[in-house]
Order: sequence, then C-alpha cells, then structure tokens
Amino acid sequence: MAATFPSLRRLGSRIPRLTLPSWPWRITWVYLTLMLFLPLGGMLLKAARVSPAQFWEMATSPEALATYKISFGLSLIASLINGVFGLLIAWALIRCRFPGQRILDSLLDLPFALPTAVAGLALTAVYSQEGWLGKPLYEMFGIKVAFTSLGVAIAMVFISLPFVVRTVEPVLRSLEKEQEEASWCLGATQSQTFFRVIFPQLLPAILSGVAQGYSRAVGEYGSVVMISSNVPFRDLITPTLIVQKLEEYDFAAATVLGTVMLLFALVSLLIINLIQVWGQRYQGANAAN
Amino acid sequence: MTSVTPTLESFTPPAPVKPSFSKRVKGLVPSIIVLVSALYVGIVILLPAIAVVVQAFAKGIAPFIESVKSEDLQAALRLTLLDAVIVVPANCIFGLAAATAIARRQFRGKALLLSIIDLPFSISPVVVGLMIVLLYSPTNGLFAGLVNALGVKILFATPAIVLATIIVTFPFMAREVIPLLEEEGWDQEEAAKTLGANSWQVFWKVTLPSVRWAALYGAILTTARALGEFGAVSVVSGNIRGQTQTLPLFVEDAYKQYDTELAFGAAVILMGVAIVSLFLKILLEQLLEHDKATRTSSITAEE
Repeated sequence: MAATFPSLRRLGSRIPRLTLPSWPWRITWVYLTLMLFLPLGGMLLKAARVSPAQFWEMATSPEALATYKISFGLSLIASLINGVFGLLIAWALIRCRFPGQRILDSLLDLPFALPTAVAGLALTAVYSQEGWLGKPLYEMFGIKVAFTSLGVAIAMVFISLPFVVRTVEPVLRSLEKEQEEASWCLGATQSQTFFRVIFPQLLPAILSGVAQGYSRAVGEYGSVVMISSNVPFRDLITPTLIVQKLEEYDFAAATVLGTVMLLFALVSLLIINLIQVWGQRYQGANAAN
Repeated sequence: MTSVTPTLESFTPPAPVKPSFSKRVKGLVPSIIVLVSALYVGIVILLPAIAVVVQAFAKGIAPFIESVKSEDLQAALRLTLLDAVIVVPANCIFGLAAATAIARRQFRGKALLLSIIDLPFSISPVVVGLMIVLLYSPTNGLFAGLVNALGVKILFATPAIVLATIIVTFPFMAREVIPLLEEEGWDQEEAAKTLGANSWQVFWKVTLPSVRWAALYGAILTTARALGEFGAVSVVSGNIRGQTQTLPLFVEDAYKQYDTELAFGAAVILMGVAIVSLFLKILLEQLLEHDKATRTSSITAEE
C-alpha cells in the first residue's frame, strides 16, 4: 500500500499535465504581460522617476485634495445610500411577489449594460433645469442638480446601484426561514428578528456590495464628466483632473494622480476580498451548525 | 403504478409548508418595501432611460433617421464596430485560454492570478487610458523611441483605441467560464484523451461545448462593454470627429457642441445595444439553468 501510494499520486499529478496543452497557459501569460503588466509597470516606472518629495507635493496639491474630497466623499455617500436601498430592493426581489418583478430585476442590470456616456446624457437630460426632475426641483426648491456636485452624486448613485442588490440577493435567498420562525416563536418582534437574526447574516454581503460600488463610483468617468460642470474645487473628480492634466501635457502630475488612483483600486480590491473571506467564514459556520 | 396501489390516488398531498414568518405577517411592510424599491429604481434608472428615448424621437422618426444618417455619426459607428470586431475575438481567445489553463489546476498563487485577471474592473478607465499614453506617446512614452522608429501612429489612432478597449474588457470571458469549468471537473476530458483525441480535439469537442452558454454570455458582455467603453478610449483617442471618435465619444462631443439631436440619436443606438444584451442575458441564463438541470438529472439517473 505504502509503495503504490506515491506512484498513484505521481500519476495523478501527471494527468492534468498530459491533458492540458501548454499553449493556453502561454497565451494567458503573453496576453496578460502585454495588456496588463506592461502598462502597469510603465506607469509605475514613470511614477518612480518623480522624486518622493515631488510625488507627495503633486499628490497633495490643493487642487488634487479638492478632487479627492469630491471623488472619495461623494462616492461614499452614494454607495451608502445604495447600501440602504440595495438591501430594500434585494428584499423586495427575493421575499415579495409583485407584478413587474421580472422587469424590476432586469432594470437593475441597466447601469452595468448602459454605456456610461449614455448614462451621463440620460441623467443630464432628466436633471438639467429643463429636465423632467430638474425643472420642478429648481422651481420649487431652488435646487440645481445637473452641473453641481449633487449631479455628480446622482451619477455615482446610478452606476453603483446594482452592486449591493446583486451581492445581497444570493445570501438572502439561502437564509433559512426556520431561523426567523424560531426567533418569532421565542417571542422576538419583527424588528428584533430583522436586526438580531437576519441583518448580521446579510452584513458581509452588504459591506462587500457597498465596497464594490464605492470602488466603481470613485473610478467612474463617463457619466460623471457629462453631468458635472468640471470646475476645480466645486465638482471636479480625480479622473477628470487626470484627463485635464494630460490635456495640459503635465504628464508627471497625471502619472502621480494615476498612481494614487491605482493604489486606491488595489487597496479596495484587498478590502473587498477580505470582506468576502469574512463572509465565507460566516457561511461556513452556518453550514456547520 | 397507480393500478397496483390504488390507495395512492386517494392519498391527499401533504399540507403546504407553513408560510414563513415574514409572509404570515401580512402587514404594510412588504408593500411599502416593494413600493419604495420600485419608486427608487424608477427614478434612478428607468426615468433617465426613458428620457433618452423621448428626446431622440421628440420631433418624430424622420429627424431621428436624418441624424443617424449624419456622416460623423456613421464614421463613429464604423470605428466602434471595427474596434469591437478586433477586440471581441481577441478577448474570447484569451478568456478561453485563461479559463482552460487556470480553472481546474491547483497551484500556488491561483487566487492571486484570478484577482490579477479581474484587476481592470477595479482600475478607473481613465487610469487605463493614462497607462497606454505613458507607454506609447511619441513624445513622453516609454516606447517613444520604438514608436517613432517604426513610424506607426498608435496614440490618437485606432491601435490605441483597440488596446484600451481590450484592457477594459478582457476579464469578462474568463470570469464567466472559469466557475463553470471548475464545477464540471475533468472526467469528460480524460475520457476523450483515453479514446485518443488530441488536445485541440478535446478542447473543441468536449471543453468548449460544455461551457458554450457561459462562453456566449461572456462574449456578449465583452461586446456590450467594447461598444460602450468611454473613459479609457476618450483618453487615448484624440477625439477627432469623423476620424478617431467612437460612438460613446460622439455622444458626449455632440452634446457638448449643442447638437442635442445627434447626441440623443447616437445614444439611442447604444441603448438599443444595451437592451438587446440584457434580453440575450435573460435568454442565456435560462439556457444555462436548463443545461444544469439536464446534467444533474442525467447524473442522478446514472446513480
């Protein structure tokens, strides 16, 4: 037995190598190198040519700081709003039956499917001062939406809406109804059942969705650039500032800002992964119970 | 069966499962949740979508057709289609190659590699465009010498547009196919191998058919995004009307130039593409589920 075991294992490890032609592996690496590693490395190399002091100065110039405040701040507000409404919509889709459910479900994919320029045009059309919603808002409350930071926030809400719904849906579907019934039998009220039993289980999914939506909203360009007036210190977002720096041939500043955005993307990817690991652990504990 | 055991006919089905707590409390809460959800989606998503269609056809169908026939819009449409025709097959080959190479292999750093493939989804499209500029700009790029020596125009021309679109869209295919391949396992491929098929035959006759709907879905997502990509392309294209402008860039440019009719005309075309892709998505999801159902039933039948 002890003699045959290693040979079996060797055989097992040889099978995939035999069945797997090596060219998919090669295509993958060549493609990734040309399309991802080379551009990434190029930008980091360019960023490394800027001295650390200069890098810090450019990354924290008043102009850049103002765009961070708008990009990172408004995205946070937008993704938190979607955290609340996304949970509500996911609940409606999974736990309720109502006419037009299928349509609502399909509509939620529209922000993913619609080109961002079209989304920007659509939102500007609705929220400009002649728009369906922009006109009453301006006439009744004096609120301008398009071409202000409020408009930027609405564009961010639009593009980050599906994330929370789509991450919460599967978890909500897999929740066992028995838990709620047990909680009910033990005398918990409806709100106690929700906040003590259901919500903690949904939390990792909600956070993951919010983080994904946040990351997407921070990087968003197409829809925001159309609904914003792109005035520095008012509603200019960081990606637009990068484009403006490139148009001014200020490659160094664009590189620095691009590197900051890249670092943000990497950190948020890490956080999203950590949240998902945490969520899986939760699920595992559930299954074991 | 029934004739042998006639008691079965008189057997009443078990009482339906007790409705759950949330359903039993038939208060106002569920209807409020549905109402608020519908209202929110209606305002945030549906209303803007309808506004585009209404604006495009505000003056009737004839002016819409007129603006679609405009030369600049046609040029933009041609460039967008050319872009997609190059990008989609290239990314499909990569996606399938990456999926067959990665999916059913266990190796150190597999999770990292999967995250790397997903990276373009988390990087801002503008930064993707910037990276291409920093590589291929004839004045400031890392490859400036090479670009000038070869005499090819990459930046502010079709090659850069294609490159930008490839980077932004390459994760879709791999992302759709990898989970399915991992679920499937190796049995069929191994059987085909033992029966004497070569690697190409195994891929073409066994692997690809088993993931066909997921692959098609990945291809549709890639196409939709390739046709609609804005940020990355806008940084590298130079945005010259009639020459280096894709349809999404044309939408923004026309709107900025107060050619609202042209802008909305082009936007409706792009929205049509998006809606068609959503319909195909629903269709393919049903086909996928059907495939899965038949597979599990055949497995249980074997057992």
